[in-house]
Parts: sequence; structure tokens; C-alpha cells
Amino acid sequence: MTDHNSSTDLTPRGGGDGRLPARFTDPGHAPHKLRRADVDPDANKRAERQVVLLFGVSILGTIGFLVAYALVRPGETIGSMRLSNLLLGLGLFLGMFGIGAAAVHWAKTLMNDHEVSQERHTLISSPETRAAAVQDLKDGAADSSIGRRGVLKGAMVSALALAPLSIAVPLIGEVGEDWDISKFGRTIWAKGVRLAQDPSGRPIRAAEVTIGSAFHVIPDNLEEFEHPLDEKAKAIVLMVRMDPRDLKEAPGREGWSYEGIVAYSKVCTHVGCPVALYEQQTHHLLCPCHQSTFDLADGAKVVFGPANRPLPQLPISVDDEGYLVAQSDFLEPVGPSYWERLK
Amino acid sequence: MTTTIERGAAAGADYLDQRTGIGAAVKSFARKVFPDHWSFLLGEVALYSFVVLLISGVFLTLFFVPSMAEIHYEGPWAAMQGVEMSEAYASTLRLSFEVRGGLLMRQVHHWAALIFMASIVTHMMRVFFTGAFRKPRELNWLVGFVLMILGLAAGFSGYSLPDDVLSGNGLRITDGVVRAIPIIGSYLSYFIFGGEFPGQDLIPRLFTVHVLLVPALILALIVVHLLMVVIHKHTQYPGSGRTDQNVVGFPLFPVYVAKAGGFFFIVFGVIALMAATMQINPVWNYGPFDPSIVSAGAQPDWYMLFLEGSLRLMPGAGTEWVIGGYTLSLNVLIPAVVIPGILFSLLALYPFVEAFVTRDTGEHHVLDRPRNRPFRTAFGVAVLTAFFVLLVAGANDLIAAHFYMSLNDLTRIFRVLFFVAPVVAFILTKRICLSLQRKDRELVLHGHETGRIVRFAHGEYIEVHRPLDEHERWLRVAYEPEHPLEIAPPVDSRGVRRKGYRLDKVRQRMSQAFFEDRIEPVTPAELAAAHSHGAHDELEGGSHVASPRELEGSAPGGGRTIAEPADGSTPDARNR
Repeated sequence: MTDHNSSTDLTPRGGGDGRLPARFTDPGHAPHKLRRADVDPDANKRAERQVVLLFGVSILGTIGFLVAYALVRPGETIGSMRLSNLLLGLGLFLGMFGIGAAAVHWAKTLMNDHEVSQERHTLISSPETRAAAVQDLKDGAADSSIGRRGVLKGAMVSALALAPLSIAVPLIGEVGEDWDISKFGRTIWAKGVRLAQDPSGRPIRAAEVTIGSAFHVIPDNLEEFEHPLDEKAKAIVLMVRMDPRDLKEAPGREGWSYEGIVAYSKVCTHVGCPVALYEQQTHHLLCPCHQSTFDLADGAKVVFGPANRPLPQLPISVDDEGYLVAQSDFLEPVGPSYWERLK
Repeated sequence: MTTTIERGAAAGADYLDQRTGIGAAVKSFARKVFPDHWSFLLGEVALYSFVVLLISGVFLTLFFVPSMAEIHYEGPWAAMQGVEMSEAYASTLRLSFEVRGGLLMRQVHHWAALIFMASIVTHMMRVFFTGAFRKPRELNWLVGFVLMILGLAAGFSGYSLPDDVLSGNGLRITDGVVRAIPIIGSYLSYFIFGGEFPGQDLIPRLFTVHVLLVPALILALIVVHLLMVVIHKHTQYPGSGRTDQNVVGFPLFPVYVAKAGGFFFIVFGVIALMAATMQINPVWNYGPFDPSIVSAGAQPDWYMLFLEGSLRLMPGAGTEWVIGGYTLSLNVLIPAVVIPGILFSLLALYPFVEAFVTRDTGEHHVLDRPRNRPFRTAFGVAVLTAFFVLLVAGANDLIAAHFYMSLNDLTRIFRVLFFVAPVVAFILTKRICLSLQRKDRELVLHGHETGRIVRFAHGEYIEVHRPLDEHERWLRVAYEPEHPLEIAPPVDSRGVRRKGYRLDKVRQRMSQAFFEDRIEPVTPAELAAAHSHGAHDELEGGSHVASPRELEGSAPGGGRTIAEPADGSTPDARNR
């Protein structure tokens, strides 16, 4: 249908001649259609039998559930666990679904299906009720004489406003441990702490790190701390060795690597996932959570994704016995940014 | 003659009524009429899956140990023998391997949660697209909106409880997002975790949130939500005999007691079937949480996927600002806080925006057909499209892996799509709505095609069209299209500037955007005009062989004689 008619005259054409109304009128309820079970006694009987059958399915399902419960244990293998789950679940399914299907089938085939119409009433209260309600409130306020007693009103509001503090102050005071957020900026890495393999905790010798390999690293003093997981969450490091010729080192960081071995924080500077996927060919490190990609050959600079800052580098060297050790803690906070990061 | 049971029931009812006056409530509720439509089941699915969540959740709390204390596993699952793990994770393993029915209840609980959120979202879509949020139901729309947010909170807090690798990394992302919040972010992180991530307190705290705070709030708001449905009486779809003054349907007792009651068992049954046959969250494969482990291809539950996608799409370069020494992480704030904030606010406030634009103060109980409100339908589809792009972007790594595509290219494509797709969706949806309205007009004016070709004596062929019966027709003509508002001029007759003109101007502009393009319903005059086009009515009886009864009321139409829409159907900015 085209619409080259550019008139926006909204009065219907021909509507004003007195013969035809401007709009159609509601023809009223559509005629009721009878169902088969309403007219055919056989169909009616059949529907009843189907409802009974569906309730029967439910009963059998529940019995099946109980039998499976008694006979099949989850056991020690995935297979036995799945079998137990499957049998119990199917029993539960039939037990529940049978009841539901029976009830709905009953309602649809056998219950009266004549549509009924009820009046709606507007929700608004009548003007008299409203006036009476307002008057009630006025009377109540007058009885309490709150309007005339300003000091009393002030005292009541102050007391009510202050009372919740006895809940809120200890809650807020205690819930955040010591509130020392400067801990975000420190890890347990320190001068001389050996780089150890995650999760075994075995210290790593520089000699065993071949070119192209990547190590997941933790500090070897991790287990000395009260809450190792909390410390580990900040201290995890990814260490790789590449051909020293591939390595571009920023001015001031020349002494932070050891013969092509570099160590970077494994906590993503985006929102903190462990950056764990290392691609040997490109020296790229990918965070599997949000795909921030860091170039380990070039100071762990961001080459793609939502992270903004390079991963902090851990300065490393080798101790007398040939083990890799940290020169110090990270020189900047690891992990995601926060308001006071540079303070 | 009364039986013993009837006498007993009567005595019991009498006892109760004397003490509670329950008779009046039964009188007003028992035969209360509710309209029938499949889409009204979506809200019921949400309600029933919540009940299933409560039942299975109570079972789980009896065995789950909400503690982060580290123990060494000594259960039947060989792969974890001797591994150090939290009691929370160990008790989840115990639930799966040692408690008979425990795994079933875990999987029932998880599937029910996914279905709970899915049914809430689709129920909201139904309410939105049919205009069920209009007066007097705006407040109930807000209650429903808060319920959806609480559903997200319930899902997220529950998902994190087993303390496995996946959920632990989810919490770590949460920590990163919370820290990005300006000024209070670091302290908020301490508030949540009781110190630094992961700390010792999180699982017990999440447990309290998950089993007490959030469910209590959800339950309270569900009561409010349903009470409002009873007060307002349910909306009904348009159709003959249905008006804003009545409610047409079936009585609560017995029809809805059987149908809705039965439907609870169907929902429970289907969730049980899913739990029986579809494995979900096999935490025994993931292992206990360790802050250095992460798995590739990990996905959150579907209702959190849009946040994940949003985080993934944001380019990081240059989006972290340092202002006066303080760090503002826009690369996290924009995708995780600002964009969801905008999308959710649009949803929550839409009823009030529409009421502002239409200046409509009447009560509405008959639903709109989505096609008859092209702007609203298109707007809703546009917002959904934005959510959907984010949701798919949350799975970009899986898409890249399965289809051998470049992850980086995919991300760039999704970045563009996030802005372009909603606009395209808006335009397309609006055009489709207008086309469907035109199709309605054509049907009303010319009737159904019958496939019967008639040849006239002078050689002309036409197809006979069967007119719509009055009920079919009423469905297609019974709506009042909104028109752009006319506003009073900025100055009155004496040249004095009018108060409130600016607001009116805004209202008028929005009104034009909303209602400029519209299709008017067919009027009786247009229908009469369309029928007289034919002028073959008297020929028809003799010109073909169909039985006279079949021909009654048949009007020729089709190819040659399609009438133009008489008026109003032309989107035209020139003449407003």
C-alpha cells in the first residue's frame, strides 16, 4: 500500500455525513465455542481417563524416586553419581509434572470454560473519603499538639536520627578489618626472597629456565604468613625467558632482568584476574577474563583490550647459590587501579 | 443430605470465620476473574521458580558449610584427595558425592535460578511491549524492576558460595570493579571482603546475604507485587467485549486453582528434568579457589554476561585518568557502572517518560498490541539489542574459538555494533510495526484472501476476498493512536511570556519523536468506501459456482481495487 496521500487531516473521510460513526463499536463478547468434551460424552469420559492416567504417572514417578533413592548411591565415580542424579531427577520430574499436567488438562477439558466478565472499579477514593482522611490526620496532629511544641519536635527528630548510630558505627567500624588500604600497595616480595614454582613452592635456579619457557611463580616464603591465600593473591608472578636480543628494556630498568629472564605481576591491571596465557612466539601475555594483552618483550605494555597500564615488573637477580631472587618488592601497587593508587 | 466430610468442613469453616472473618475474603477472592493468555504465564514461571529455589535452597543450607577455613579433603572424590580447600568447597563436594539427592538439589537450585532470571526478564518484556506499565501500574513496574535487581544479587551471591576457581575469579573481578569507584572504592572493597581480597570473611557474609537478606527482600516485594495485581485486577489483551471497565476471564476457583496450581508442578517438573539430564556447574572439575589459577573460556551465568561483555569491549588505552594524584579508572567505571546504569535507568523510568510525553492520566487495563505503539516497541527492542550485543560480546572468546575468528577483530566488531545495532534495531522495528499496522488496515478494508479467482463476463479476473467478521475486525480497529501534542504559544494574547513554555516545548519535541509516524485505524466510512470500490457485488452471485452461503458477505477486492488509506496513515512532517 502506498502512501502518497500527504493530507494529515485527521477527521475520517465520510465520517461527518451523519450516516456512519467515526469509529467502529465493540461488538461484544465473541460467541462461546463448545469443546469436544462438552458435546461428546465419550470425549468427556476419555478426558477424565487421561487426567486419572496423568495423576497415575505422578504416583509412579514418586515411587520410582524412592526406589532409586534406596538402591542407587552417588558413589565415588562420576558415572555412579550421574546415574543416581539421573534416576532421582527423572522420578522427581514425573512426580511433579504428572500432577501439573493432570490439573491443567482437567481445567482445560472438563471445567466450565465460559468466560465471565466482572466490573472494574476505579482505585481513587471518593472526595468525601479523602476529605475525611485528611481531617483525621489533622485531628490526630492537633491531638498530639506537635505543631505547637517546636523543642519537643526537635528532640524527637534528633533522637530518632541518632539512635541508628549504635548499630551503624560498630558495623562500619568492624566490618572492614583495620581499614588500612595502603596494604593494596605492598606485597610480600622483598630483597632476597626466592622465586618459587607455583604451587609446589620449589625455588627456581636461573639455569633451569630455558629460553621460551614460562613459569608461574610465588615467593618461597609464602607459607610463613598467617593467610597465605591473601598474600598469594597479590604476589603471583609470571616469569619468562626470552632471547635477550628480543627484550626491549625501559631506561632505568636495565638491571631488573637476568639474562633475558623477566618477571611480571600476574595480577591484571584491569580488574585483577590472573594473566595466565603466554604466547611464546609473540611474547604476548593474554588475560582470559577480558582479553587484555600485554607485550612482555616491551615492558608488558598493553597491546589490546581494556587494561590501561602495563603489568608491574618485579626486579630480579640471582643469589650465590644460583637461585632467582627478588631485588625488592614491586615499585608500584599491583593489580587493578584504585582511587588512592598513586598517593 | 450432607456427608461427614461436608459437615466437618462446615464446622472448620465456622470455627475459622468466627475468629478471623475469613468468609468475606473467600467471598471476594474465590470467584475473582482473571484473564487468560499464555504470556501471563511468564510472571508465574518467575514466582514458581522462586518457590523451587526456596525448597531446594533450604535443603542445601542443611549441608553447606559457609566457611573459608582451610581443610584437606578426605572424601570419596579421588581427584581431590588431600587437596587443601575451604570448608565451603569441601561441603559442596560432599553435597555432590555423598548426600543422596544432593547433586540433584544443587542442579535444581542452579537451573531454577537461571530460569528465575530468564522468566523475570521475559515477563518484563511482556509488560513493557504491551504497555501494562501504564497508569495505575507504574509503581508495580518499579517493584518488578527492583525484584529483577534483587534477582541479580541473589544469583551472584549464590554463584560465589561454592568457593571454586570460577566463582573466585568472579569475585576477584567484582573486587576490581568496586575498587574503581571514585573516593570510596577502596574502602568499599574492604567493607565487602573484610580486608583485602579474598580474606576470611567473604563466604560467610555472602551466605547471609544469599540465604537471609536478599530472599527476605524478594519475598516481601513479591507480596507487594501480587497484592498490587489483586488491587488493580489483571490487565487483559484487547478483543471484543474487553474494555477498561471490565475484566474478562475465568474464576480463580476452580479454573486458576487448577491451572496455576498445576502450572507450579509443571515448572518444578521441567526444572527437575533439566537437573536430571543437564549438568550445571560441575565444581568438582574446577577445583578449589586459588588466586593464581584461571580457566580460559570461563563464562558467568547468563544474566551476568552483559557485564562481562561490557568490560571486554571497553578500550583501555587512555581511559585511566589521574586527577590531582587520584586515579579515575574510566576503563572499568564506564562499562561496569555507567553503561549498565544508563540501560537500567532507561528501563525503570520509561513509564514515567511516556506518561510525561502523552500527558495521559487515564487508567489503562486493556493492553496494547505492540505494533500499535511503534515508538515504544522500537525503543524497547533497541535497549534489548544493546543488552544482547553486550551479552554476546561476553562470549567473544568462545565465538572466536568455535568459529576460528580473530578475537581482536570480533571485539572491534562488537564495539561498533554496540552503537550501531540499537539504532538499526530501532528503525527496523518501527518500520515493521508500521507495516503490520498497514497490513491490519488492508485486512480490515479488503478481507482475507480466499484463493478463489473469478472471471467476469468481460474477461476481467479478480480474487474474491472474504471480509473479516466483526470480532476479527474489532481487534484491528480498536485502538486510539497517539498524536503529537499541540502546545500553547510562548506568549499569551497580550504578549506576556507564558510560564512552563520550555517544559511544554520539551514535551512537544519528545511527543513528535514518539508519535509522528503513525497509522490510523480503519473507520467505518473507509470500510464502506473500500467496499463500494468493487461495484461487482451484484455480479458476484451469478458469476461463479460457489454455494450461496459461502458467498454471503463476500466482497471482491485484491489486485485491482486496493484502496488507499484515506488519511492519517501518512507519516508526514510537513503538515503538522
